[in-house]
Order: sequence, then structure tokens, then C-alpha cells
Amino acid sequence: MNVIPLTAFDLLLTSLSVIFLALLSLPLRLEIAGQIVVAALRTTVQLLLIGFILKWLFTSAGPGWIAVLSVFMLLNAGREVSRRQKRKFKGLWGFGIGTLSMFLTSFPMVIFTLTVVINNQPWYEPRYAIPLLGMLLGNTMNGVSLGFDRLLHNVWQQRQIIENRLMLGETWFEALTEIRRESIRSGLMPTINAMMAAGIVSLPGMMTGQILAGSPPLEAVKYQVLIMFLIGSGSGFGTIAAVSLGARRLFDSRQRLHLERLT
Amino acid sequence: MPKLTVKGLVYHHFGPFDLIIEEGETVSLSGSSGAGKSLLLRALADIDPHDGEVLLNGEFCQSWSAPEWRRRVALLPAESQWWHDTVGEHFQGSLAQEMLMAMGFDGNVMSWSITRLSSGEKQRLAILRLLQNKPKVLLLDEPTANLDPENSKRVENLFLNYQHKHGTAILWVTHDFEQGRRLGGRHYRIENGRLDLVVSGDKA
Repeated sequence: MNVIPLTAFDLLLTSLSVIFLALLSLPLRLEIAGQIVVAALRTTVQLLLIGFILKWLFTSAGPGWIAVLSVFMLLNAGREVSRRQKRKFKGLWGFGIGTLSMFLTSFPMVIFTLTVVINNQPWYEPRYAIPLLGMLLGNTMNGVSLGFDRLLHNVWQQRQIIENRLMLGETWFEALTEIRRESIRSGLMPTINAMMAAGIVSLPGMMTGQILAGSPPLEAVKYQVLIMFLIGSGSGFGTIAAVSLGARRLFDSRQRLHLERLT
Repeated sequence: MPKLTVKGLVYHHFGPFDLIIEEGETVSLSGSSGAGKSLLLRALADIDPHDGEVLLNGEFCQSWSAPEWRRRVALLPAESQWWHDTVGEHFQGSLAQEMLMAMGFDGNVMSWSITRLSSGEKQRLAILRLLQNKPKVLLLDEPTANLDPENSKRVENLFLNYQHKHGTAILWVTHDFEQGRRLGGRHYRIENGRLDLVVSGDKA
């Protein structure tokens, strides 16, 4: 591994571009200067923290701590999903459905990859497990957020259509056919687009990182393809689960639409 | 056995209401806006939650699945909704030619685009769409409010013919006093959370 180490000064230098963007947003009245600065600071602090945690995990921590970190990542992804909705479920339903959907899809897929595909000893070795889970969760989170947001937005807008369809004797499942299809599609589009553009428009971040760190390009490519397959299918399954569970929550046992369950 | 039986119906903050509609009977209903007419129909169709008992031919609402109930106790909303591109996609299979003719359409209407329909055409097609389910009870929310006199007459006749053929019970919300008289039968007024019988009709 012959990576050129970066110094704090190097990062400070690059941060000037972010500061310049924040300054430029002021005369343009974008009203996001604060958010840009906060996001940049959060990225720095959060990544530094996870850097220290990973360093410690890789050297000395047992499987219990790996599980704790995994659950922490999952809960944060769930919080992010419910934060990104314009229309939200009241109470903890949005968080719960998002978290459950991501748990049911991401965790089995990561465990399968670690035990069967990579076949590492022990299978939970954090150097593989944590980055894989992070990438899968991050992408599934995007798909779930988009699909969920589209579902709740469309149901809110089309409530009269949905109720008219119920009045005509359609089941709740039939009355949501088009909305469900469109919501799942919108959750899947980013990953499909990413797979389409990979290599000809964009070099995926993970592969770039591996190459920068000195891996042979073909090894990096193989890992990237594995990741693409995982995040493509993972975010697809996660989105399908979240949209299906969310759609069910909008109706009661007599198949009545309950929009007061949203804010 | 009465077609529709309502006992102690409570919905939102309205009720309790009792109402019985016999086979082949038309009951008309009026009341100022916000008095709970539309909500009453929604509760009867089990689109809105409610307490109390609603029975069809003496059988409880809950003994059917919700879609089965709504196909039998059919609600025609004041404003119909259309979600596919063409008229025909909203209908299962084909529609009897005489039904289309009775509503003033020819056979081509099924290929029409939804965007070209007038509000009156939408309303008349919504009625045909509803009758395809062969409902036993019709809950009609001002079905002729947007129609000219000629088409109002068509709609009235279509419903009355259908009722004559199938013994349907009809609950008809109308603001038109004349229409209430033409329909005959009992007339109720819903006001201040009460359901009052104002015209007892020829036959009870």
C-alpha cells in the first residue's frame, strides 16, 4: 500500500472551496449558507469519529461491539429516512417501517456476502463487515426515502381517487396499484442509473478509493461490481418492503384510508 | 326484510341515527352544507369509521369484506374521479348498449380520452361505472347537481329503471325540492345532528 498521506493542512486547503460556495450562496439568496457549513463540519467530525472507531474495532474489538456499531448505523439510517419525508407518519411509524425494511434486506445480504462470497475468517471481520454494511445501508436508505416520500406524497394528493376506487369495490391493494408501482420505481431509479453510468460517466467512490490506496485496478473493479449488485438489489428489496408496509399502514382493517395518520 | 337497516349510527360527531329503507324504496335527504349528509353516505358505505349497526337484507356490514360491502351498498360521490387515460379502462368488460344510449352516449365513448370529458359527461359515466357492480343499495350524493334539466331527467329515469328491475333501495341526497317530489317517497332533513322525517310519503 503506497498511498500518499494527507495532512490536516491539505484538508484545510480543500475546505476553502466549500467556504467559497457558502459565501457565493449569500448574494444568490439561496439561504443555505448555514446548512453548507454545518454539513461540511458534520462530515468532518462524523468521519473522523468513525475513523477512530474503526481503528479501534479493527485492532481490538470483539463481535459484540461490531454488532453495536451495526445497530447504531441502522438506527441512524432509519432516522434519516423519516427525516427526509415531506409528509410523515405520526409517531414512530415512519422510523419503524424504514428501519425494519432496511434491517430485513441489508443485514441478510451482508451476512450472505461475508459468509458465502468473501468467506472470510471470522466472517464478521470488521474490515469487511462494516464498510459493506455502510455502503448497503447508505444506498438502501436513499431508495427507501425516495420511495416512501413518493408514496406518501401521491396518496395525499390522490386521496379522492383512492377513495373513489374503494367506493367502486376495489381492495386497498388494487386502489394503490399505480402509486405503489411508481413509488418503487422512483426508489430504484438512482441505483439503476448509477449502474448504467458506472465506468463510462462516473468512477464509483469505493473503487476510486481502492485504486488511490494502491489496489490493482482489476481487483478494485471486482469489488465494485460486487458492491453494485448488492446495493442494486438491496435498495430494491428495501424499497419494496418499505412501500408495501407503508401502504398497508395507511388503511385500517375495513380498508378505509386514514390520512390523519400522516402529518 | 328491509333492504337497508340503520340502527344507532354514530359517525364523527353526528347521530345516533335510525333509518330503514325497504326494497324498491327511494328516500330523499336534504340539509344545509356541513350538516353531515355526505358523511352519512360515507359511513353507510363503510368508507368512514362509525359506530352502530348497518345491515343489508338483515345481515351485518361486518359479515362482508369491505370491498364486497361497497359493491353492494354503492356510494356515488358528488364529484367522480378518473385515473386512467381513457374512459374504457375504468370499466370491466363491455357495457350494455342500451345503458349507454339511455345516458346519451354512443359506443365510441369507451375510447374517449378522460381529458375531453365535460363535468356532466363524467357524472353520467360515473353512474354507469357504479351500476356495473349491480349494487343492492344506492347512496347518491347530489347526482344531478352538475347536469342540465335534460340530463337530470335521463339520470333520474336510469336510476328508477334500474331500481324497478332490481328492487334497489335508494338514499338520494338532493337540494332540489322539485326533484324530491318527483322521486316520491319519504323525505328526511338532516339538521343540528338530527335526522327528521319531513315528508312521510305515500307508502310507509
